[in-house]
Amino acid sequence: MLTLEWESEGLQTVGIVVIIFASLKLLHLLGLIDFSEDSVEDEMEIATVRHRPEALELLEAQSKFTKKELQILYRGFKNECPSGIVNEETFKEIYSQFFPQGDSTTYAHFLFNAFDTDHNGSVSFEDFIMGLSILLRGTVQEKLNWAFNLYDINKDGYITKEEMLDIMKAIYDMMGKCTYPVLKEDTPRQHVETFFQKMDKNKDGVVTIDEFIESCQKDENIMRSMQLFENVI
Amino acid sequence: MAAGVAAWLPFARAAAIGWMPVANCPMPLAPTEKNKRQDELIILNVSGRRFQTWRTTLERYPDTLLGSTEKEFFFNEDTKEYFFDRDPEVFRCILNFYRTGKLHYPRYECISAYDEELAFYGILPEIIGDCCYEEYKDRKRENAERLMDDNDSENNQEGSMPSLNLRQTMWRAFENPHTSTLALVFYYVTGFFIAVSVITNVVETVPCGTVPGNKELPCGERYAVAFFCLDTACVMIFTVEYLMRLFAAPSRYRFMRSVMSIIDVVAIMPYYIGLVMTNNEDVSGAFVTLRVFRVFRIFKFSRHSQGLRILGYTLKSCASELGFLLFSLTMAIIIFATVMFYAEKGSSASKFTSIPASFWYTIVTMTTLGYGDMVPKTIAGKIFGSICSLSGVLVIALPVPVIVSNFSRIYHQNQRADKRRAQKKARLARIRVAKTGSSSAYLHSKRNGLLNAALELTGSSDDEQHISKSTSLIESQHHHLLHCLEKTTNHEFIDEQLFEQNCMDNSMQNYPSTRSPSLSSNNGGSTSCCSRRNKKTTHLPNSNVPATRLRSMQELSTIHIQCSEQPSLTTSRSSLNMKSEDGLRPNCKTSHLTTAIITIPTPPALTPEGESSPHPTTNISTTCSNIVKVSAL
Repeated sequence: MLTLEWESEGLQTVGIVVIIFASLKLLHLLGLIDFSEDSVEDEMEIATVRHRPEALELLEAQSKFTKKELQILYRGFKNECPSGIVNEETFKEIYSQFFPQGDSTTYAHFLFNAFDTDHNGSVSFEDFIMGLSILLRGTVQEKLNWAFNLYDINKDGYITKEEMLDIMKAIYDMMGKCTYPVLKEDTPRQHVETFFQKMDKNKDGVVTIDEFIESCQKDENIMRSMQLFENVI
Repeated sequence: MAAGVAAWLPFARAAAIGWMPVANCPMPLAPTEKNKRQDELIILNVSGRRFQTWRTTLERYPDTLLGSTEKEFFFNEDTKEYFFDRDPEVFRCILNFYRTGKLHYPRYECISAYDEELAFYGILPEIIGDCCYEEYKDRKRENAERLMDDNDSENNQEGSMPSLNLRQTMWRAFENPHTSTLALVFYYVTGFFIAVSVITNVVETVPCGTVPGNKELPCGERYAVAFFCLDTACVMIFTVEYLMRLFAAPSRYRFMRSVMSIIDVVAIMPYYIGLVMTNNEDVSGAFVTLRVFRVFRIFKFSRHSQGLRILGYTLKSCASELGFLLFSLTMAIIIFATVMFYAEKGSSASKFTSIPASFWYTIVTMTTLGYGDMVPKTIAGKIFGSICSLSGVLVIALPVPVIVSNFSRIYHQNQRADKRRAQKKARLARIRVAKTGSSSAYLHSKRNGLLNAALELTGSSDDEQHISKSTSLIESQHHHLLHCLEKTTNHEFIDEQLFEQNCMDNSMQNYPSTRSPSLSSNNGGSTSCCSRRNKKTTHLPNSNVPATRLRSMQELSTIHIQCSEQPSLTTSRSSLNMKSEDGLRPNCKTSHLTTAIITIPTPPALTPEGESSPHPTTNISTTCSNIVKVSAL
């Protein structure tokens, strides 16, 4: 009869719907599909890295600072970075506060790499002190060494024109847009050319550490400016 | 520059050694600390509670009471401490500001007491940190409103205001019916007539009695004349009221766009349209529809009822939530209607003729109304019908209390979001100002350094004292750092306006390029920047001297007019050189005198006067002498 036929059709509909729901539930149980859109929130590993520096006496012996100077330095360091280490983001942020007109992130990146001597991605107070010790209390040779290390981005012992160009562009970026005279596109390149003319003695396209130190020692201006920041602390 | 970062300034200066081998110019000399004091602990005695901190901590903010010499007024010689007869609780927050650079607002503190303390210690409330700023502003606004309300009620009780003109009195009367008895009378009269109008609309449709002719007539047609008179009276009152409001409104355009006036217009329009249109059979259908709009008169009650207004506003602000509810309901309806249709397809004489026809069943079932005009007959239909009604209970009944509680939450949230957006704009503006402040501080100090140099040239030492005020050591060190960067790159920092000006100038002028190679080939890199300066000055003698003098006069005039405007560094420097070359000593002196006098009062709190150490001036003087020689050629 017609009604019977259609009743069975209705029951068939029920059956199909039930089967669909059951299979979905099975797949969900098996973990193949996920119903909720926002999956289980990953436990954010807030790496609270706490770093305590070496003892004051040890640092005093290792660096050329006096106890009082170390105390002042540490207080300032800890104030800005309570966790005891600086990561690159914080470093860039701090450095950019000094140069409001330009973009100092690239140069800060190079600087960070120069300070982070063990290349673990963070600067601890010891790294900080070692770097400052060289810069403020070191001999001219040590300072020039440090500067060479800064320019040599891949730390292979040679400064190529590309590396120098990167550094130069980073420095010019810090000036920003509003300068007098107006910054041209090839100003950094020209500056690099001047630099290489002065430093590269054997004209082989790279500057080695010896060429660098030799050329700097010949230049009076550079020698004088190296002594400039002695009384910073 | 943020004070907390000042501790890193030594590091930034040390790192500047990285620029030295690259620079071609000699570096400026570093500022020396005049009196290098050992950092000492200061004791601050605030009403008996002793706070101790380093002197340098307080000196981070030199424009506040504790950071400047103003605190010396509170120094107690006997106990060798600074005594303040103020609230120690609030002082805790203020001292924390010096330590951390962030000012917090404690919630338990009274807002006006806190404001007073901030004013005493010379701290602007704008620097309250993000965490506490919203709370502070909210409390401040509440306080202001409370004071304003008090003022208003006082004023109202006092009686007559100073004479307002007719318009303003009328507007006040309309907005606050309690101001005068006439306004109150007007208020009640309009309310009465709104009620009358609504009741007539309702009663019009009631069938009252039969006319011989055994037809039931509604009252409206039986007593047509009476109802027409009532209607006319009501509409006349409404029209007069609307015109009076329009006349009294302070901003007519804004009034006409407001919701209430639109309701007014919609309420009285049908009557006039009915008057205009004759009893034309074609348009009478549309005319009947227009009469529906008469029911909008009931919304005029919202002027009389505060609650209605709040309800309307909350519905409007809750619109998104309601919209979502509607959307989810629609989805459920479509799903169930489809299912019911296909389930009932089998039964004979089924009312579920199509899916849209099933919509009605679904809605009635989901809202648990259950009229019973459509019922499923098949087993599958009944199963799904019951699922439908159960889910209807869930879908509709549950969100309603949530929406009710959402009303207040969303209402406040919306307001807070707008507030935050406005505050964000203000915050960004402040940050920008601070940034430009620090960069303009540097330019400012450079210019003052040059003025110092000029004055030294002209040999007037007494004016030097005017200019060289004591600045914080940190500021001078920061400026030295920026100066070194300038020397390294051979470019100078200038502000935006000068930059644009120079861009325009450059397109017009052309530097004499012939001279520069000869100059630069002379010496090595050390004089390249000097040659650049030579370039500047050698350009000028080619132009006529009156032009430069005119420019310098313009400098003076610009200084006179806009005290914040600074003359272009290059022109000032070059004019300086020009003047020293020309030997126009008196002119030089007077021009610099005027600039000196004017610049003293202008510097805002952020820009301290720059103090230049003696050596750079000698550098400049030597280069000046070089320039003199060259141009003499």
